[in-house]
Amino acid sequence: MVIEDVQNQLGPDGGLRAEKDGSRPAANDPMRPRSGEGEQTPSRVKVEVRNLSFWYGSLQAVKNVSMSLKQNTVTALIGPSGCGKTTLLRCFNRMHDLYAGNRYAGEIRLMPDGANIVDPQVSPIEMRARISMVFQKPNPFPKSIYENVAYGPRLRGVRAKSELGDRVEAALRAAALWEEVKDVLRKSAYELSGGQQQRLCIARALAVEPEMLLFDEPTSALDPIATARIEELVAELKDRLTVLVVTHNMHQALRVSDYTAFMYLGELIEFGDTENMFSAPGEKLTQDYLTGRFG
Amino acid sequence: MMANRQRTGDLAALPPIRINNFRERMIVALLFSAGVFSIVITFGIVYILVSESLPFFGEVSIVDFLTDTMWTPLFARPRYGILPLVCGTLVTSFIALALAVPVGTVIAVWLSEYAPDAWRETIKPILELLSAVPTVVYGYFALLFVTPVLQAVLPTLPAFNMLGPGIVMGIMIIPYVGSLSEDAMRAVPMILREGSYALGASRLGTSLRVVYPAALSGIAAAYILAISRAVGETMIVAIAAGQQPELTLNPMDPAATITAYIVQVSLGDLPHGSIGYQSIFAAGLTLFVVTLAFNILGAILRGQFRQAY
Amino acid sequence: MSDLDRFVKKQRRVDRIFNRVGILCTVSALTVLVLLLLDLTADGLGRLDAEFFRAFPSRRPEQAGILSAWVGSALLMLVTGTTAIPLGVAAGIYLEEYASKNWTTRVIEVNITNLAAVPSIVFGLMALGLFVYQFQFGQSVLSGGLALAFLALPIVIVATREALRAIPESIREAAFALGASRWQVVRHHLLPYSAGGIATGVIISLSRAVGETAPLVTIGALTFIAFLPPAPLSGSPPFVSFEWLESPFTVLPIQIFNWVSRPGDDFLANAAAASLVLMGGTLLMNAVAITVRHRMRRRIKW
Repeated sequence: MVIEDVQNQLGPDGGLRAEKDGSRPAANDPMRPRSGEGEQTPSRVKVEVRNLSFWYGSLQAVKNVSMSLKQNTVTALIGPSGCGKTTLLRCFNRMHDLYAGNRYAGEIRLMPDGANIVDPQVSPIEMRARISMVFQKPNPFPKSIYENVAYGPRLRGVRAKSELGDRVEAALRAAALWEEVKDVLRKSAYELSGGQQQRLCIARALAVEPEMLLFDEPTSALDPIATARIEELVAELKDRLTVLVVTHNMHQALRVSDYTAFMYLGELIEFGDTENMFSAPGEKLTQDYLTGRFG
Repeated sequence: MMANRQRTGDLAALPPIRINNFRERMIVALLFSAGVFSIVITFGIVYILVSESLPFFGEVSIVDFLTDTMWTPLFARPRYGILPLVCGTLVTSFIALALAVPVGTVIAVWLSEYAPDAWRETIKPILELLSAVPTVVYGYFALLFVTPVLQAVLPTLPAFNMLGPGIVMGIMIIPYVGSLSEDAMRAVPMILREGSYALGASRLGTSLRVVYPAALSGIAAAYILAISRAVGETMIVAIAAGQQPELTLNPMDPAATITAYIVQVSLGDLPHGSIGYQSIFAAGLTLFVVTLAFNILGAILRGQFRQAY
Repeated sequence: MSDLDRFVKKQRRVDRIFNRVGILCTVSALTVLVLLLLDLTADGLGRLDAEFFRAFPSRRPEQAGILSAWVGSALLMLVTGTTAIPLGVAAGIYLEEYASKNWTTRVIEVNITNLAAVPSIVFGLMALGLFVYQFQFGQSVLSGGLALAFLALPIVIVATREALRAIPESIREAAFALGASRWQVVRHHLLPYSAGGIATGVIISLSRAVGETAPLVTIGALTFIAFLPPAPLSGSPPFVSFEWLESPFTVLPIQIFNWVSRPGDDFLANAAAASLVLMGGTLLMNAVAITVRHRMRRRIKW
C-alpha cells in the first residue's frame, strides 16, 4: 500500500508534488539566503555524522550511526517507537546535556568549519546558536507573540527596537504566520491555535538565523490542516537551511523529505534518497517497516 | 508602524553568541553557597546548644539530669532533673495528639473520599487557617475561654492546667494532620479505588482498607510532623499551663513543659554564663534531640512505607 | 429481603454515618475558629481605637497601646524579609535548577526538611548564644530579625522549589534550544514565570514569622518598651540610618503575651484587642498571598 501511496504522491514528472500558494520568500526578503548559498545543487555536505553512539546512563540508545546530511535538503528520520530517532535528533543540538548521566561517542561534524557538535570541549551554547529546534508539542513562552520571536535576537545582543521589529517580521514571514498576526503582535502567544503556535515556534527558531533546523515530530499534536501547512513550510525552509525531521508518520516523510534515514533499535538500517527508498528499499527490515509488518 | 516600514534590504548577520563562563561559574558559586547556608544554620544551632550546655553538664551529671524528679534550678539548693519538664511536654502533647490525630484523620478521609470538589476547595484553605493563628492568641484562648468552659464541666479544674492548652494545641495541629493526610490520600491513583468499589465495598471500607494504607507513607509523615509540632510548642502552654514544673501525669494539674521553662527563664534576669542561663540550653538541647529523632523517624517512614503503584 | 439487599443496605448506612461524622468533625474544627474570633472580638473590640495604635504600653491599662509593638513587628519583618528572601530564593534556584543528584544535594535537602521542623524556640536559643552574645549584636532588632529569618528560610526555599517545578520542562528546553545559558534561562524565564508562586510562599512565611513569640522572648526582647527605635529614614543627611538595627524592641505577640500574663482583668481587653490586630494582619497577609497566587494562575496556565 505504501507503494501505491508513493505513486500517488509523485507528480507526472516523477518529482514530489509541490503545493505552492505564493508564500515563498519574495526576492528582496532579508531572510532569503544570500548569494552563494541555497538554490544550488544540494551536493555539499552540511553535517557529517561519524560513528555516533549515545548512552542514557548504561542504556545505549544510538548505536554507531554514520550518515551525511546535504546542505539545503530535508532529511527525515523514521522508525518504530523506541528506535532512537528522537534521541539521535537531540544529539545535534546537545539537548541531552541538560540531563545528567548521558554520554556521547563519535562525531557530528558541522560544516563548513568541521566543528564536532558532540565534543565535550565544544560549547553546546555555540552549537545551539547554529542549530535550532522545533519541538513536538508547541511550547511558546508565556509572553506576547512579538516577545517570543524577539527573544532569540535579544539573547544575541540586539537592542534597537527597529532592528528587533524587522527581525521579528522577517521571521514571522518566513514561518508563514506574519499575515495572521501582524496586527496582534502584543497578544499572548497562548491565544493562538495549535497550528499557529507551532508556526510561532518555527518563527522563534528562525529568528536566530540558524544554519540547520531540527524538527521533533512537529505535527503529531496538530490537526490535518495545520499539519499540511507545516509540511509546506518545512519543504520551503530548505532553501535557506538544512532540515532534519523526525516523524513517526512515514507518509509525511515521503511528502516532505529529500532523503530518509530508517532507524531500528538504535541502529541506522538504511539511508538514501526518499523516493528510491520508498519504492525500492534496500534492506528487508526497511521493507517490512514500510509495508506495515511491524511498527 | 511596522507595516509602513520601507524594506531597507538585507538584515546584517546576528552578532556571534557570547558566553561569559566566568559569570556563569560565579553565579553557580553564589547559588550553591545559599544552598549550603542551610547547613551552616544547623551547625550554628548544634554548636550553640552543645557549647552552652557543656558547662552545665560539667556541674550536673547526666544521670541526675535524666532521672531526678525535681527541676528547681533557681532555688538555693537547686535540683536539675528534667523529668518534670519532660512529663509536662509528654502529657500536653499526648492530649493534643489524642484530639488531633483521630479528628484530623477523619477530616482527611472525609475531604478526600466523600466531600464534593467544590466543598473541598473552600474548606481546605479555611482549615489551614487554623494553623495560621499566632500561638500567643491560642494561649489567650486556652486560658480565657477553654479553661473556663472546662471548669463548668470539671469544677475542680484549676485555672492553670494541662487539659486546656492540650486541647487547644490539638486544635492547632488538626490542619497538619488533616491537610497533609488529605494530600497523601488524594495522590493515591483512582484505579486502586475502582478495584475496591468494583468488588462491592462501601466508600468507608475502600477508604480505610485501600486508600489509607496506600497513602500511609504520607500520612505517617503527617503524624510525625504533628508530634514534632506538639512537642515544640511553646506559647500555648507557657500562657495556660502555669510554668511550674511538676512531675505529674494528671492533665488537671498545672505543669511546665521544656519550652515553657525556657521562656520563663528568658523573661527574667539571669546573668550570662550562670548555671541558670546554661540550664535553658541544656533544656533546649534535650528538645532538639527529641524532635530530631522524630524528624529522622519521619524521613525513614516516608522512605520505607512507600507502596509501589 | 435477600442477603444481598441486607448487605447493600448496611453498606449504605455505614457510609451515611461516616459522612455525617466527617461533616461533624470538619464543622467543629471550623467552629472553633469562629469561636476564637468571637471571643476576641467580645473581649477586645471595645479597646480598638486610633489611640490604641498610637500609644505606648503603660502601667494603666486604659492608656496602654501597641505603638512600639506594631512598629517593632514591622521593622523586624523588614530584616527578616531582606535576609530570608534572597537567601531562600537563591537556595531554591540552586537546588531545583543547578544541583545534580549527588550526596551533597541530598544532605542539603534533608537538612532543609529538618530545619523546617525544628521548634521555633530553638532558633531563639541559637540567636541568643550566637547573635546576642558571640557576635555582640545585643538584644536588638538585628538579632531578632535574623532569628526569624532562619526560621522562615525553609518555607521560602520550599515555596521557590515548588513554583519552579510547576514550570514545564518544555519551556526550559525551548529557551536552551535558542542558545541561552542556564542563568539566562533562570533570569529571563523561570524567575518571571514563578514569581507569583514565590511571592505567595514568601508572604505566607512572613505571616508565620510575624506571629512568632518564643524565639524573640528567648533573645530577650523586652516587654515594656516605651520608645521607638530610631527611624531608618530621615529628612536630613545622612538620609538613611541603620541605628534602628541595634535598638531593643518589642513586637505584637510579645505585647499580647505580656498583657495576658498580668494578673487581673484590666489588661485582658488590651490583650484581646492586640490579638485582633495581629490576627487581622496575619489574615490580611494570607489573603494577599492567595490573591497573588490566584492572579498568577489566571495569567499563566500551563
